[in-house]
Amino acid sequence: MDLNYSAEELAFRDEVRAWLRTNVPADLQEKVATYAHLSKDDLVRWHRILAKKGWVAPAWPKEWGGTGWNVVQRYIFEEELGYCGSPPLIPFGLSMCAPVLLRFGTEAQKQRFLPRIYNGDDFWCQGYSEPGSGSDLASLKTKAVRDGDSYIVNGQKIWTTLAHYADWIFCLVRTDANAARRQEGISFLLIDMKTPGITVRPLILMDGAHEVNEVFFDDVRVPAENLVHEEGKGWTVAKYLLGYERMNTGRIGASKRELAALKKMSIERQNDDRFRDRLSRLEIELMALEITNLRFLDRMRRTGQPPGADVSMLKIKGTEIQQGLTELMMQAIDPVAQDEFSVAVRKRYLSMRKTTIYAGSNEIQRNIIAKMTLGL
Amino acid sequence: MNFDYSEEQQLLADSVRRFLQDRYGFEQRKAIVAGEGWSPQVWKQFAEMGILGLPLPADVGGFGGGAVDLMAVMEAFGEALVVEPVVPTLMAARLLGKHHRLLSSVAEGRTRLAFAHAEKGARYRPLVNTRYSSGTLNGEKCAVAGAPIADKLVVSARDGERIGLFLIDKAGLRGHSTLDGMLAADVVLTNTPAEPLEGDLSSIEEAIDFAAALGCAEAAGAMKFACDTTLEYLKTRKQFGVPIGTFQALQHRMVDMYISWEQARSMACLACSKIDNNTSAAERARAVSAAKIKIADAARHVSQEAVQLHGGMGMSEELKVSHAFRRLTVLAAEWGDADFHLERFASL
Repeated sequence: MDLNYSAEELAFRDEVRAWLRTNVPADLQEKVATYAHLSKDDLVRWHRILAKKGWVAPAWPKEWGGTGWNVVQRYIFEEELGYCGSPPLIPFGLSMCAPVLLRFGTEAQKQRFLPRIYNGDDFWCQGYSEPGSGSDLASLKTKAVRDGDSYIVNGQKIWTTLAHYADWIFCLVRTDANAARRQEGISFLLIDMKTPGITVRPLILMDGAHEVNEVFFDDVRVPAENLVHEEGKGWTVAKYLLGYERMNTGRIGASKRELAALKKMSIERQNDDRFRDRLSRLEIELMALEITNLRFLDRMRRTGQPPGADVSMLKIKGTEIQQGLTELMMQAIDPVAQDEFSVAVRKRYLSMRKTTIYAGSNEIQRNIIAKMTLGL
Repeated sequence: MNFDYSEEQQLLADSVRRFLQDRYGFEQRKAIVAGEGWSPQVWKQFAEMGILGLPLPADVGGFGGGAVDLMAVMEAFGEALVVEPVVPTLMAARLLGKHHRLLSSVAEGRTRLAFAHAEKGARYRPLVNTRYSSGTLNGEKCAVAGAPIADKLVVSARDGERIGLFLIDKAGLRGHSTLDGMLAADVVLTNTPAEPLEGDLSSIEEAIDFAAALGCAEAAGAMKFACDTTLEYLKTRKQFGVPIGTFQALQHRMVDMYISWEQARSMACLACSKIDNNTSAAERARAVSAAKIKIADAARHVSQEAVQLHGGMGMSEELKVSHAFRRLTVLAAEWGDADFHLERFASL
């Protein structure tokens, strides 16, 4: 057992770190550090810098632009991205739609979409949740009816992150209302956001930010060639994606950066033992999560097996820590301060409550572990 | 980076586990506790398997191993709730230095040791009032784990201004059993002849960190048992016509217990690896304190939930889970409770 990175892994980390030091635009880094709003241009600018370097989609196969890094190198890279305070890479194209296309897409679909995702030409969003279908996603009702070479889509999606920036949306839609199992009536469809009949309506969250939306589909005509995998196999696709999605949810690099910032801004507050102990416990939770995450990675590397259901605990602990950080930050700032940063910190606290709800609520994650890992 | 046990570590862990499964079942353990409180035969087996010599230097018959080498063994001890005082002997042996004449007989299982350090009112701080002068010790040491069956004791004492270490024959013991059924004793020292040893406060802190790290691994093992046995109970215990594990309220609590155990195990890995490999005493101490805090929180969480989810049966002396509860309660506070380590963690 050796918890330290090997010399090669350290050299890799240093290479990544050195490159990031000179290539993350300072203005974007500043925005991330101060929890300022990131525009679509900001997000796309950073995406393209990484694409140019060849590092925007490390996990993809090499022929589509992947780096060929192993799981540990990919983890180090992601951690360094978070640690240096670069803007987030929006996952909907890079690490959601693309893996689905790579696994289930036709050659034509791959040729058409993957290079544009890689280069940041298309901005993607995810059409899963509906007003009546949150945790119980398989109850979704948005309907797609085959009409010649097209599907006609009617219905509504909700909580659609950055739909107002998006060029494309990948959707779970119901193609068969009478399937024996309701999961079998679901299909995975790619829809151009410029298609007539699509309306995007902002949903303002309690921090006042416009991040999520409602998306309405009113007789939207979608070419049948935009169906991914077979009709009725959408649930298989979604489940595949779920496993793919969960490995990075710990967001450990970013939390380490925020912890360092919190420590720096709370030097005086740490004279209060009650605050200091809360801070220590949070730091220790993060240490434990990091090692747990490395243990899972090590297991993946050794067995060559995809992550098991127990990686759901990374999402649970990772998001609890992210929330804990925002809570302590709010307690670290002067309660009467109205400067820009202090206001942003309070809003951040509000905003981060979403983390234990999105991407499969933490209760759903517990259901997954209970069923898949513990056999309950 | 690599979390795998080496082939030797795995082989040892497997043989320890097999031995404990065959010879250290819950009923056998009960008989040991109700009898002498330890088993000489088991001790002999531990020596033969190489556990007692594992962290000792090769030239005294040891294997030159470290805390990581012992980790899998400690996890197995934790699962079986082993009562034989292996850690007290190994930590005291560590304080004897690398060349002491007693080490080979420790490795062979012929000499048992204990470390007499804690004093009344000191809690976990290194406050030492026992005094050494002119070849003898005077003072009182409290709750010395393993002392009743130790042949020799390593004692911390003040020699002028400095705190040093001394070796004595077993003397002046008032034995008792601890909350978790282990053997311990208060030690009254009255002009007790003592042999000065090398070492000072920093060696004491190192040995305590070593014992604490092993205790973390042992606690992780006891938590694994508590989780496994509770899961089994949820699947078999029926109420309202169904296994109680079908209730989501209980499923989520069970999941949280497993998460606590996994997180605790990660911190035990960190603590043991920083005992073997560190660039400074502060780095080692910080890792051990962090682990102790996490293990204290997790031990409390897992043990309390294990009893609660067992219902009345969890309270019963008849079930091993109540013994695991007691062991975890003691391990959580051994060599410093969470409050003590929070203070130390923040100071480093």
